[in-house]
Amino acid sequence: MTIKGESGMYRGDAAEYAGNVALGNHQASDETVETNPAAEAAQASKLRVQDLSLWYGDTQALFDVNLDIPEREVTALIGPSGCGKSSFLRCINRMNDLVPNVTIRGDISLDAESIYDPSVDVVQLRSHVGMVFQKPNPFPKSVYENIAYAPRLHGLVSSRAELDDLVEKSLKRAGLWREVSDRLDAPGTALSGGQQQRLCIARAIAVDPDVILMDEPASALDPLATATIEELIDELKAHYTIVIVTHNLQQAARVSGYTAFFHMGYVIEYNDTTTLFTTPYEQKTEDYITGRYG
Amino acid sequence: MKLKGTVNDPRMQRRYRAEKRFRLYAMSAVLLALAFLIVFFADIISQGYSAFYRTEVQATINYNDRVEMGDYRAAVSDEIRTVVSRGMLRNLPREVRDNPDLKGTSETSWMPVKGEIDQYRKGHVDSLDEELLASVQRLDEAGRLGFAPNWAFFTNGDSKLPELAGIGAAVVGSVYLLGITLIVAFPIGVMTAIYLEEFASDNWLTQTIEVNINNLAAVPSIIFGLLGLAVFINFFGVPRSSALAGGLTIGLMTLPIIIISTRAALRAVPDPVRMGAFAMGCTRWQVVRDHVLPVSLPGILTGTIIGLAQAMGETAPLILVGLIAYIQAPPTDITSAATVLPAQVFTWAGMPQTAFAEKASAGIIVLLTVLLSMNAAAVFMRRRLERRW
Ligand SMILES: Nc1ncnc2c1ncn2[C@@H]1O[C@H](COP(=O)(O)OP(=O)(O)OP(=O)(O)O)[C@@H](O)[C@H]1O
Ligand SMILES: [Mg+2]
Repeated sequence: MTIKGESGMYRGDAAEYAGNVALGNHQASDETVETNPAAEAAQASKLRVQDLSLWYGDTQALFDVNLDIPEREVTALIGPSGCGKSSFLRCINRMNDLVPNVTIRGDISLDAESIYDPSVDVVQLRSHVGMVFQKPNPFPKSVYENIAYAPRLHGLVSSRAELDDLVEKSLKRAGLWREVSDRLDAPGTALSGGQQQRLCIARAIAVDPDVILMDEPASALDPLATATIEELIDELKAHYTIVIVTHNLQQAARVSGYTAFFHMGYVIEYNDTTTLFTTPYEQKTEDYITGRYG
Repeated sequence: MKLKGTVNDPRMQRRYRAEKRFRLYAMSAVLLALAFLIVFFADIISQGYSAFYRTEVQATINYNDRVEMGDYRAAVSDEIRTVVSRGMLRNLPREVRDNPDLKGTSETSWMPVKGEIDQYRKGHVDSLDEELLASVQRLDEAGRLGFAPNWAFFTNGDSKLPELAGIGAAVVGSVYLLGITLIVAFPIGVMTAIYLEEFASDNWLTQTIEVNINNLAAVPSIIFGLLGLAVFINFFGVPRSSALAGGLTIGLMTLPIIIISTRAALRAVPDPVRMGAFAMGCTRWQVVRDHVLPVSLPGILTGTIIGLAQAMGETAPLILVGLIAYIQAPPTDITSAATVLPAQVFTWAGMPQTAFAEKASAGIIVLLTVLLSMNAAAVFMRRRLERRW
């Protein structure tokens, strides 16, 4: 599949849009309230998750998740450990395909195209949806090769000069160029933890994806490196749709425009971040964000 | 806090004593092993080193008519004839016939002496036929006997005459055999390991295969010999005694070693690397080729070298497939009769003459040197390639 190049057509203003989504997303408690954003707003979302359920063997880990994730925004996923955030994230780039015995129902569409359609090429999908992991996992190759690998793999460059440019551009965009420009040949694993994580981000953006998924990208880093990553995320949202899982609520509040609260496999509440953190609609959300449990 | 007084506390002292005792045990174990090793090496070397030089006699060879007719004994004086190795004279008639220019000339050169004289001069035997002894003493006094490096030991094939026997043919046989073993076992072993480790899902079938591969590695090597005999020679008609028959048999034996070490090397590559690659849109094969194999290559090669070193020293299964034959000339191809180094050592060790015992020890020295270098190469390679990441 060629996931369509035309970007989503979201035109409305963010607050109004988020309001719609939020209202439509209490199904965990209100049972079957249809997601009822206007047809227009539905089109605007980059990722549209519909009635997504997931089982590991016989154990259900996600229950009827409905989310509309807006384009060029940061959407945070929060919730207590084991509530299914990572499982959900892995559905978006179909990494769950690699886990044996996984059953998935429902659908996710990227730019209104179903990613679970049998005709979808997973390789192609993953070149549109990049992922950054909790623990930095640079390839055991040089810094340069770490970035250059995927563009070459997907045939995005035609010459060495073009590739050099792309490597430089990606490293610059990830805020790493200044630190590594003179050691592009050094092994990626020789960088510091924070640098490695930014290298992984640079690696993800080198193929110019539409969406970047981040699973607790800063949880293995010290506060300073975390701040750097957060600034980076803030800059990246001008170009990419970012979905980030975090246990750090302040971080979610700082970097994200929208936040979804997961609990035991359900999305309890989904709203713009300010609203969710200041005036949560659900009791469980309030309990969680005030630290009463989780 | 009570930090200082405890040193004299009986309980602490008991702990220290136990610690000391354990270290002593461990150290003595190491020393004992080391001592065995040193005794073993010293013994082998002291018995074998003398095979690397030999006694030679300065002889004048006359290429006369009688030699051309076939009477090679006429080529040297009676005295020389009693001491020089028969094998050196046998070829003279043909040499003259092939090269008529030689006719009527004479030539003085150093030639190996009979095995028993060589052994006597090296002090390995203390008696010699009286007449022979007289000749030897006379020649010795005339300065016509001397020691010289025995290069022929490395180039000659086996011989009934110990002074002419060498490991040349066996070394070529071993090289052929290892080549075939490598060609058979390396690709199949690595591919199998990659499939089991990276592609196959974890079900009863793969688990059964895994258990059986581990069992295969523990099967006594002689069983592989029987298998090789039954399958390759009797069923497929591979020539008996050939490097091909031996290589296939040993290849089968090396296979599980390579599979197991390759799987261990693949497993050592952290999973997050694979996940990262998958998330970049790699197919499974691309993940393996571009990210897993480069990292695990040193481990795979090390395992392969160790497997080959083991194959190199293997004797029992090769005796069953006939690689123990009396081979005078190196095999010309993989289907002609061959022998291998350890089998050659085995043959010599069974000979009654002391000269062959010396050869056997020298063969072991060569074998051990090769094996140690192979293992050193494995260690070196691992260090060299692994340090990069
Ligand atoms: N590969 C797997 N096989 C079986 N069960 C799994 C697997 N991965 C996750 N689970 C289960 O699914 C549930 C959700 O896990 P998930 O990793 O998505 O939680 P999470 O919200 O990311 O937690 P955390 O914040 O601790 O990372 C958990 O109960 C977990 O045990
Ligand atoms: Mg998680």
